[in-house]
Amino acid sequence: MSENIIHEITILPGRNRNGEPEGFDEIRIKPGDTISIVGPTGSGKSALINDIEIFASRDTITKRQILVNGTTPPDHFIRDPARKPVAMITQNTRCLCDLSVEDFLCMHTRSRGYRDQDLVEETVSLANQFTGEAIRRTVRMTQLSGGQTRSLMVADAILISNTPIILLDEVENAGIFKNRVIEALRRYHKALLFVTHDPLVSLLSDRRIVMHDGAVAKVLTPNGSEQSALKQMLAYDAAIAKVREQIRAGELITNAIPA
Amino acid sequence: MRLIIVAGPPSTGKTSVIRQIIRSMPNHRFVYLKIDVVVATEDEELAAEFGIATKKIYSGDLCPDHAGIMVMEDAISWAAGLGADYLIVESAGLCLRCTPYTTQSLGIVVLSAVSGIHSPVKMAPMIALADMAVVTRVDLVTQAEKEVFRERIKGISSSIEIVETNAIQGTGLRFLIRTIEEGPEVTDSKTITLRGIPPLGVCTVCIGKTSIGWQNHFGVVRKLNGADYLFRGE
Ligand SMILES: Nc1nc2c(ncn2[C@@H]2O[C@H](COP(=O)(O)OP(=O)(O)OP(=O)(O)O)[C@@H](O)[C@H]2O)c(=O)[nH]1
Ligand SMILES: Nc1ncnc2c1ncn2[C@@H]1O[C@H](COP(=O)(O)OP(=O)(O)OP(=O)(O)O)[C@@H](O)[C@H]1O
Ligand SMILES: [Mg+2]
Ligand SMILES: [Mg+2]
Ligand SMILES: [Zn+2]
Repeated sequence: MSENIIHEITILPGRNRNGEPEGFDEIRIKPGDTISIVGPTGSGKSALINDIEIFASRDTITKRQILVNGTTPPDHFIRDPARKPVAMITQNTRCLCDLSVEDFLCMHTRSRGYRDQDLVEETVSLANQFTGEAIRRTVRMTQLSGGQTRSLMVADAILISNTPIILLDEVENAGIFKNRVIEALRRYHKALLFVTHDPLVSLLSDRRIVMHDGAVAKVLTPNGSEQSALKQMLAYDAAIAKVREQIRAGELITNAIPA
Repeated sequence: MRLIIVAGPPSTGKTSVIRQIIRSMPNHRFVYLKIDVVVATEDEELAAEFGIATKKIYSGDLCPDHAGIMVMEDAISWAAGLGADYLIVESAGLCLRCTPYTTQSLGIVVLSAVSGIHSPVKMAPMIALADMAVVTRVDLVTQAEKEVFRERIKGISSSIEIVETNAIQGTGLRFLIRTIEEGPEVTDSKTITLRGIPPLGVCTVCIGKTSIGWQNHFGVVRKLNGADYLFRGE
């Protein structure tokens, strides 16, 4: 199944909200890349990763085209989940599916083509590293909180979808441990595209796509020039995380916050 | 000429999908028939939007799928008389036991990704006899959920082709359009038959008797407990 090995994904430009062509030639993404997608609210960030998820072929509102290994991807990439090379965690934090966590994960495992594997335990325990309140496998999907749903979907993308490319839409805003998520994603060697409003998550990526008015406005490659900013942000983030945990645990914050 | 029969529960996105089909195939001549129970405005909307010939019928006292079956041959000659490349028939899809698909046609069932994980089971006959399932509103669910929904449909018909779409934008419909272009032609409308046998059910409720309780009716009747069906003669 050598055609299933992804060497590269290419984004070809479409049009912005006024119908004007986007200002880039192509964006290439290879396994192991981490790319953040930033820009004001409504600037088309989610639309961009949606295009990648469905391998748009000038048939979405943005008119972009997505190539795999330099050509139009075969049909089964799109229509057969077992062979689809991308997994996407949408901005949605609710699951409408009226099944228990274990039934949902089993059925998803089957749809991804793994017949006799039981990935439920592993997936739930990975998800529980991302969320404060542990998920039980017998609870219904519809009863999970936003953060629990998001955590479970990330773990599902890593272990069950197990695709070379993962697209994440605003991991940070469901109150989950975002550094643990990013660390886990890196540990499993995925190409990652994050849509994010979070400065730390943005600085953690190798490239940054800046969106404006429905189109890609810039592609930045810092090449290490942001190292000191990143170090500082990590320190701030650790401080904020610590205070957040204290507040969650019901403590009074009476000492100065280190920065 | 080719015949496309689109079925599915109310408001799942049948007309939205049909709009995308017509939009994607500008070089073909479409004719459209809507079968509904109470109100339908699709015929006027599609006629205004695409300048195509349209018609609607209200099924009145008949099950809408039964009404569709009755008028199908007339509809085919109407469409053929207009020189249509495609006749699209949109069903009302209320009766989830009947399936309106015929031979010499492409049968498409439209389901909504947000109508519940059990909905495919509840409309099993409509899925089992269709050639393709189009799942709409995938813009509102996560990818994993979409894939689980797909698995549910496969559980009812392992051979059905499934496409997922945001029918408002028309994403993901390439495969559907190709299937439509390559779909079966109507070779002889006199020999067209239904793909399945519709459930039999004639009772005095069907002809307008409003009393409740099986004791007040004749024909095929039912009790709360006991045997499945019972024929009660006069
Ligand atoms: N978000 C979203 N909305 C959709 C989608 N498909 C359809 N809708 C909306 O759902 C509503 C019903 O869609 P229709 O296409 O009229 O549904 P229908 O099955 O033809 O309805 P009836 O013929 O009345 O049974 C409309 O408001 C559509 O805009 C979709 O993929 N995503
Ligand atoms: N190139 C485009 N042309 C036309 N419409 C577009 C384009 N890109 C995005 N849109 C539309 O603009 C709206 C907002 O886009 P989107 O949801 O992607 O924004 P976002 O950056 O993710 O915002 P948020 O930060 O609030 O999540 C959507 O309805 C989307 O379909
Ligand atoms: Mg968004
Ligand atoms: Mg309709
Ligand atoms: Zn019926």
